[in-house]
Amino acid sequence: MLNPFENDERRAFQDSVRKFMETEINPYVDEWDEAGGYPHEVNEKVCALGVFGFDIPEEYGGLGFDDMHMRKAVGLEMGRSSAGGVMASVGARSIMLKPLTELANDEIKARALPDLLSGKKGGALGITEPGGGSDVANIKTVAHKDSDEWVLNGQKMFITGGMQASYFVIAARTGKDGMGGISLFFVDADTPGFTRTPIERKMGWWASDTATLYFDDCRVSADNLMGEENKGFYAIMNNFNYERFLMAAQMTGMSMRLFDECVAYAQDRETFGDKLISHQVIRHKLADMSARIDAMDAYLNQVAEIVNRGENALAEISKLKFYCSTNLEENASAAMQIMGGAGYLRGNAVERIYREVKVQAIGGGSEEIMRDLSVRLMGI
Amino acid sequence: MKILVPVKRVVDYNVKIRVKPDQTGVDLANVKMSMNPFCEIAVEEAVRLQEAGTATEIIVVSVGPTQAQETIRTALAMGADRGILVKTDDDLEPLGIAKVLKAVVEAESPDLVILGKQAIDGDNNQTGQMLSALLGWSQGTFASELGIDGDKVNVTREIDGGLQSVKLSMPAIITTDLRLNEPRYASLPNIMKAKKKPIDEKQLAEYGVDAAPRLEIVKVAEPAEREAGVKVETVGELVDKLKNEAGVL
Ligand SMILES: Cc1cc2nc3c(=O)[nH]c(=O)nc-3n(C[C@H](O)[C@H](O)[C@H](O)COP(=O)(O)OP(=O)(O)OC[C@H]3O[C@@H](n4cnc5c(N)ncnc54)[C@H](O)[C@@H]3O)c2cc1C
Ligand SMILES: Cc1cc2nc3c(=O)[nH]c(=O)nc-3n(C[C@H](O)[C@H](O)[C@H](O)COP(=O)(O)OP(=O)(O)OC[C@H]3O[C@@H](n4cnc5c(N)ncnc54)[C@H](O)[C@@H]3O)c2cc1C
Repeated sequence: MLNPFENDERRAFQDSVRKFMETEINPYVDEWDEAGGYPHEVNEKVCALGVFGFDIPEEYGGLGFDDMHMRKAVGLEMGRSSAGGVMASVGARSIMLKPLTELANDEIKARALPDLLSGKKGGALGITEPGGGSDVANIKTVAHKDSDEWVLNGQKMFITGGMQASYFVIAARTGKDGMGGISLFFVDADTPGFTRTPIERKMGWWASDTATLYFDDCRVSADNLMGEENKGFYAIMNNFNYERFLMAAQMTGMSMRLFDECVAYAQDRETFGDKLISHQVIRHKLADMSARIDAMDAYLNQVAEIVNRGENALAEISKLKFYCSTNLEENASAAMQIMGGAGYLRGNAVERIYREVKVQAIGGGSEEIMRDLSVRLMGI
Repeated sequence: MKILVPVKRVVDYNVKIRVKPDQTGVDLANVKMSMNPFCEIAVEEAVRLQEAGTATEIIVVSVGPTQAQETIRTALAMGADRGILVKTDDDLEPLGIAKVLKAVVEAESPDLVILGKQAIDGDNNQTGQMLSALLGWSQGTFASELGIDGDKVNVTREIDGGLQSVKLSMPAIITTDLRLNEPRYASLPNIMKAKKKPIDEKQLAEYGVDAAPRLEIVKVAEPAEREAGVKVETVGELVDKLKNEAGVL
């Protein structure tokens, strides 16, 4: 569908990312998924495109500008590649860069940002705990002040990129119960008292390294407190908007890939003496998929433009995320059905995307939480 | 050292092309266009020479419609310094392009011209050679390796029997083969920088060359569909089929 917000740079950038994915990622997706990992230099290659530097000053290796339409292009092409696991792991840095840039002190920024943006080192964001992820206000990991240090105790679970990461942004309780007692900390992976173990055998995202993190009297300098004490919750919520927007764009790209795979298969496959593509039942499925994709795409464009203009789009981003995940689920189901038995076999994009629907519907704010939040933000 | 790199806007290599129903050419409506892959290799090689400190300026030139500007921008985003767009809506033949390029070379005086060995649309494989003849410069075609050595350039050429090494005096013409390098992807910071690099727009008429077509296209058709192979039982049967069915003996 024609994008009314396209211009030369946006198109050139999306073309470049797409070509990169098609050449450097797509041919290896199955292999890396089965292996449960990917070569480290992929981090550097993806980062070299400049896909994570939005709204980060150039002195730290960032772009020095922001553009939601370009952020959308990144998500779209990552999703289309069907390399969900690889992109989740490489992209884990993207969900901790904003708090790092806005809240960490200059020494930490100068040390961590260039390495994270060039892909030399990995980063991860630790909010979710074994006790729960939706109820962020009730996290149990604690940090208490001991002279000029903070001492962290607790666990974080489901942390994407957590096995590779050198740097973490961690939420911990520093004050009273509830949202007003949470702070953010910068933690180096080699800090004594910090350990991690991999979470293996997931439904999808096989190529991504998901970790459980343990903090046992893990001491960090007072300077590692990011932003104001007990103001972490607001930073977390603010940060989620960019993650959710990126996920929505990925889901749209994943849907575009599903559509292309089905059309190609249906044009080739014959049943009952005719090409699958000429059976009306299949054609209607494709029409529905295409209409859903157009709607997701248009919704993304609209939200991107609102945010670019500096307007508040918090309710819209929450709605966008669950709108995209429910539509992705329908698209994945339709695509799988069109492929018949062939889709059920491992090693094809449709099967892989089908297994990655739920992480999009649950991670980064589940559908239920997104619905709840959006009506609340609308003042209802 | 100054390098001129001509680039061509062609149908993207991923597009499944369709022939127009009236068989006058390929359907270009709503088709994704990109830089010819061999031209990308040429740009990459020039940028590498600049990064190595050998080249001082890279100029890209494209002869084509207004949209060929995008192709020039892509080259600028890869690292070239400035562009020249010679505007024409006509589809020029290699000889016409070579004549325009000769005029550009005379105006810019580059030490090297690096071109793709062919464009993936017409697969002509002629422009570099014709330009070399028109200028009277040495040519190193189908390069898979290139090294500057003072005022000489060493080129490893991919030929049917293997590899051939030649030493050319500059100024010279190089055409690139697939294995010369792997072109980089334009990064977002470089795409933004490319926006500010100058592109000089010229009209084809300004060069005063006779670029009129010498060839007439009779028709463009899809290649015959490939049929499934057959197994033969004996050598006799094979010879019979080659003679009587395939008509090649
Ligand atoms: C592969 C993967 C990668 C992840 N990566 C990260 C990461 O990098 N960093 C990080 O911090 N987290 C990460 N997460 C965690 C993710 O954010 C959480 O899984 C998510 O927020 C949901 O939390 P939960 O799993 O604890 O489910 P719960 O909070 O226990 O919720 C279970 C179910 O109940 C629903 N529910 C909960 N409360 C309510 C309510 N009040 N009303 C109605 N329904 C409700 C939820 O919507 C959900 O469907 C990842 C998760 C996965 C699966
Ligand atoms: C794990 C697994 C185990 C299996 N085990 C067995 C087994 O033990 N024995 C056995 O014989 N088979 C088995 N099958 C095969 C199974 O029965 C077929 O996959 C199923 O019948 C569909 O056939 P197909 O995969 O060839 O899809 P296709 O026939 O190619 O159909 C593809 C899609 O198009 C739809 N479609 C086809 N024709 C039309 C039409 N005219 N109008 C509208 N829609 C149409 C189908 O509903 C389907 O959604 C197995 C399959 C799997 C995945």
